[in-house]
Amino acid sequence: MSKAVVAPARKYKRKSRFKEIWRRMKKNKLSMVGLCVFALFVAMIIFADLIVPYRIALEQNVWEQFAPPSVEHLLGMDQYGRDIFARVIHGSRNSLLMGIAAVFVGMIIGGTLASLAGYYGGKVDMVIMRISDTIFCIPFMLMGLSIVAALGPGLINVLIAITITAIPNYVRIIRSAILTIVGNDFIEAGRACGASDIFIILKHVAPNAVGPIIVQATMQVGTMIIFSTAFSYLGLGIQPPAPEWGAMLAEGKSYMLSAPHMIIAPGMSIVLVALSLNLLGDGLRDALDPKLKD
Amino acid sequence: MLEKLLEIKDLSVVYHTDEAHVYAVNAINLEIGARETIGLVGETGAGKTTTALAILRLLPEKTGHITQGEILFKGEDLLKKSKREMRGIRGAHISMIFQDPMTSLNPTITVGDQIYESLLIHNYEGKPRDELYKRVDELLELVGIPARRRKDYPHQFSGGMKQRVVISIALACQPQLLIADEPTTALDVTIQAQVLAMMYDLKEKLQTSMIMITHDLGVVAQTCDKVAIMYAGEIIEFGLAEDIFESDQHHPYTTGLFGSIPDLDIEADRLNPIEGLMPDPTALPCGCKFHPRCKLCMEICKTTLPPQWHEGDHMISCHLYSREK
Repeated sequence: MSKAVVAPARKYKRKSRFKEIWRRMKKNKLSMVGLCVFALFVAMIIFADLIVPYRIALEQNVWEQFAPPSVEHLLGMDQYGRDIFARVIHGSRNSLLMGIAAVFVGMIIGGTLASLAGYYGGKVDMVIMRISDTIFCIPFMLMGLSIVAALGPGLINVLIAITITAIPNYVRIIRSAILTIVGNDFIEAGRACGASDIFIILKHVAPNAVGPIIVQATMQVGTMIIFSTAFSYLGLGIQPPAPEWGAMLAEGKSYMLSAPHMIIAPGMSIVLVALSLNLLGDGLRDALDPKLKD
Repeated sequence: MLEKLLEIKDLSVVYHTDEAHVYAVNAINLEIGARETIGLVGETGAGKTTTALAILRLLPEKTGHITQGEILFKGEDLLKKSKREMRGIRGAHISMIFQDPMTSLNPTITVGDQIYESLLIHNYEGKPRDELYKRVDELLELVGIPARRRKDYPHQFSGGMKQRVVISIALACQPQLLIADEPTTALDVTIQAQVLAMMYDLKEKLQTSMIMITHDLGVVAQTCDKVAIMYAGEIIEFGLAEDIFESDQHHPYTTGLFGSIPDLDIEADRLNPIEGLMPDPTALPCGCKFHPRCKLCMEICKTTLPPQWHEGDHMISCHLYSREK
């Protein structure tokens, strides 16, 4: 063995990788804005009870129905005289968690299925893709409704329904990303090193597919919040009087012309969350891709 | 005679596709002794890479089938090993260098981690991480890359350096057999010479056997002890490097190969290629596979498989020589 000058063994990183990603993220100003806005929402979820007690979000005040924004009620009142500010704050818990959880779980399941389909091909691919095609064929709402109808209304069941109906979408997108990677020589080289299939999928295939997955995931959070709204609107999702952005939007729709503040607050919240996540996702994708490293 | 490390006996590989059966390798025999370098030479499509992949059992599962033969590695038949056992062999005992260094490294992982990975997979003694990383540094220095570049990504390396990284991955676990599949084809001539010289040094230092797959006779002359010339999935000539490069007796195909190399001393306007193309591997000709292109073709060549003519280690499979005898 050569005894060539070997640099003194330095402590090997792991930590520095995150530092590196962080350093590259910081360069992208827009994505930092996204991160800040998103962090605000997360803080809102965590400290909701400290900002406004939950009681206020439910309290009805008949004399102040449809009251426009004022100093006492920052975002005004809704048709039952409930404080919209409090409802938006507490609604974030349901809406945001629902959106993020649906995408997260869906991406994990969809990503696993897509990796198997893309990596093994042949029969495995055939079975997974045909099943996902079948789910794809059934109209989204119908599919979701039947699942909720079977499981009964409620937050968790709606979550399950929207996750399942969205999975085929993820499977398709991720599989196509994976197919372009599987053909590469380094996959073959990995096999020639004696790596197992699972090792190759996790270490060599997945990191290369991260770009499209992150972009897709961040775009989907907003969509998922809106979709869960539809269930609340039909009375299958979160049960009133619990606050939820989608449901608030649906209620406010009827009074859109006379009391626009009712839909502006929850609507803006959804837009802000979706936008901040998109910006964040864009920045993350760039930061995670070493090829774009300067 | 050195002890035999790898013996290929009567190996045939067929690719089954929807349209046709491709006879890629047809009953080849090959022996590799410890610390020997064998050059596997032939045109594109002669079955060189297929042979290499068959040794590692990495043929595409759905289409590539080994129809007959044995591949004995240290006396054990690789074709009878389970998938798990094969994984233990790949990388640790037999490793492979691929043709194109640009695509055989994962662009999202640092080169240090990619070398580390191959150590980690075969880390049966459970050595601590620090020790493995020290070995990564050693390996990088071994192939002439400063250890501090361990944290760089493949795109920050030049082609030649990438190939060095690939070589250090292949050598990480000190395999007894290294299969180099056209390791220098993607590199320019200067770098090619450097990389070859380095590979030769390392091979000597680590006492590894090597199968050098190439279509470049110059590379073979520089590095190999023995040479096997492949044509249409068969080994048509085999011998020590001296037999191939200095002897007067050759298979007409080998003669053609040498004839197609331009001579520095003679002025010529055109190269002298071998007329015609490789036969379609889905419909190989009867008799000698080379007869449609052979200038010395006889009637018997069209019907009968040529016998093997031996002289010492030199083997030629051609009717011309059986006649003389």
